[in-house]
Amino acid sequence: MENNSNFEIRKPPVATTGILGWCRQHLFSNWVNSFITLLVIYFLYQLIPWFLDWSVFSADFWTNYKGELIVDRTFCSRVADPEGDHGACWAIIIVRFYQFMYGFYPSEQVWRVNLTYFLLVVALLPLLIEKIPGRKHLIKFTIAFPIVAFILLYGGFGFQIIPTNKWGGLLVTLVLGVFGIAIAFPLGILLALGRRSQLPVISMFCTLFIEFIRGVPLITLLFFGMVMLPLFLPEGLNLDGLVRVLVAVTLFQAAYMAEVIRGGLQAIPRGQYEAAQSVGLSYWQMNRKIILPQAIRISIPSIVNTSIGLFKDTTLVIIIGLLDLLGIGRGALADATWMGLSNEVYVFVALVFFIFTFSMSRYSLYLEKKLKTGINMGAD
Amino acid sequence: MQNNLFQDQKFRGILYQTLVVGFFALGLYFVINTTAYNLEKRNIATGFGFLNNPAGFDISFSPFLDFKSTDTHLKVYFVGVLNTLLVSFCGCIAATILGFIVGIIRLSSNWLLSRIAYIYVEFTRNTPLLLQIILWYAILIQLPRIKQAPQIWETFYISNRGLFGPKPIFLDGSNIVILSLILGCIISFFIARWAKKRQDTTGQQFPTFTTNLSIIVFLPLFVFFIMGSPITLEYPVLKGFNFKGGAVIRPEFIAMFLALSIYTAAFISETVRSGILSVTKGQREASGALGLKKNWIMRLIIIPQALRVIVPPLTSQYLNLTKNSSLGIAVGYADLVHGFGGISLNQTGQAIECMAITMATYLLISLTISFFMNIYNRSIQFKEK
Repeated sequence: MENNSNFEIRKPPVATTGILGWCRQHLFSNWVNSFITLLVIYFLYQLIPWFLDWSVFSADFWTNYKGELIVDRTFCSRVADPEGDHGACWAIIIVRFYQFMYGFYPSEQVWRVNLTYFLLVVALLPLLIEKIPGRKHLIKFTIAFPIVAFILLYGGFGFQIIPTNKWGGLLVTLVLGVFGIAIAFPLGILLALGRRSQLPVISMFCTLFIEFIRGVPLITLLFFGMVMLPLFLPEGLNLDGLVRVLVAVTLFQAAYMAEVIRGGLQAIPRGQYEAAQSVGLSYWQMNRKIILPQAIRISIPSIVNTSIGLFKDTTLVIIIGLLDLLGIGRGALADATWMGLSNEVYVFVALVFFIFTFSMSRYSLYLEKKLKTGINMGAD
Repeated sequence: MQNNLFQDQKFRGILYQTLVVGFFALGLYFVINTTAYNLEKRNIATGFGFLNNPAGFDISFSPFLDFKSTDTHLKVYFVGVLNTLLVSFCGCIAATILGFIVGIIRLSSNWLLSRIAYIYVEFTRNTPLLLQIILWYAILIQLPRIKQAPQIWETFYISNRGLFGPKPIFLDGSNIVILSLILGCIISFFIARWAKKRQDTTGQQFPTFTTNLSIIVFLPLFVFFIMGSPITLEYPVLKGFNFKGGAVIRPEFIAMFLALSIYTAAFISETVRSGILSVTKGQREASGALGLKKNWIMRLIIIPQALRVIVPPLTSQYLNLTKNSSLGIAVGYADLVHGFGGISLNQTGQAIECMAITMATYLLISLTISFFMNIYNRSIQFKEK
């Protein structure tokens, strides 16, 4: 007994545990690794302070280096004092912040947009959080949300009508993204079911449609909507520019969505179909109650990935002259009062997009972990 | 009676399909009718005759065909197709190389290095490609003007009007040099086949790489000097406000090339990473136990197995890159959409013909790429004996 107390539990060598051990294992495991680590640290040491200095410490926000309020580009420190060491001039974003968020939406009506943004969050809650109280009722609201949002944003029912050419900035980006996803998703399900249908004509139509859309770039579809659609429609029936773009973006995304959902459908074992049929369910009952809930559950990560792709693709509308977030930014740069501040504008727009898409991709990763059945169809 | 008929699955199937075809035909008839009426009203001619009319505009970037404003719209189309193919081809190669490097770096044991690769992937994947193209272009046109252009050995000049460099001039006899280069490639191909066959049967190795490299390099070089140097370089010389002579790569092309390859490489690196991770640990350990060197394990054991997983998504990335090259319109790169589907369409007003040709071309390119990638994919799949 006495002997035992003499034994001390020896600790592992200092160099293999704790921070030191971690560094040794992950950063300095051999000569090559140590060299690479030092090289990377050197580059980071050059890059990070420079970027922080440019974007924050030497940057102008409301006022320039003399303390004057910035109202146009000539007040920006880096324009007024090109010899000095000045960073970014964020005033272009601050002064035009309203335009970046709402475009040319009348300011006395802008509460409608803000209310829509708020309702969007409410509508997303039951989709994001599974255990929220009253989920069933909230889901009903989610389904009704596109109609509510349309009335709030566009007008009618006692609201003043705001034509879509007054919309712009983040509003247009979100309208295209949210409406696009909300319409493309059910359309994609129908297309996927159609492609797998036993009826040869329907299957052929759906396959041709999907393969055609996936074979051409989105920009050609947007041109199609802008230049060709007016020729196809009878005179007097003039579709709104935003609607035409929305149709093109939605059809494009529906084709990709269909392929993702088809992947999910293929993963459902045949026994599920046979069991559903033997209970006497009809085709639609079988799909609605048995097959689709499982297929969609499997393909959720890929669906989110496709939605991220759609959200990024909404920027293409600037090519046909719509003013989304990027379009407003380019508009500001084309304006003589703010010319030449392209770095600031593009960094800001990139940051806004990054916040949305990165949180979407994090959410898809979280779902993938939760479901543990994620399959990726290679869609971006 | 009718009730029974509706419960018959076969009858219902035929009914639905007839309805779909009927509605489709009706819609098509309606669209064709209104379109014909609209075209007539707007005095737009139909047909493809406009392709032979002179275009009347200039294209600044046409490296393969010499383009003048008196050339026809048909030539605009060919210039556009070549420009699309050029940027897609260069982009695919660069994106593949960069993607493989980044994918392998992300699995590196160096924590800092793999983190940096991760940050690169997340930033490029999560911002719109169009924004990246515009940003690269904005950076490139902030470069110094031609007069102050920085130079490298008085050969290359970097300016806001593009990258200027020497241009090869082919004199008499240069054909033979090029022929010898092709001949060298063919000889190397057969040597490689012979060496592989010998290694498979006897196990003896042959220094294929060094032999072939020297054949490809030295054979044309030898012929080059025998023929009395028939290929010379023409250097760009600053004259007035612009360079005379030499070759130029326009900033539109560089911006497209950089943005497309960097953006797509982020996606490719993810497929490479998942491909390498899909090779089980036992494979690595077994090859280590056999005494293979570390880079041999990667080259002979891991990559061939990972390729089976990598190639199908790689194909769709190539297709995406090719389709995304249509965004060149944002920076004025004269590709198919900008040149033919954009300017020609606006000049002639023949929207239907221009869009149909443009879309058909993209479909053809997409189908061709997937056809060849499918052949390659079949060749690397498991061959079970």
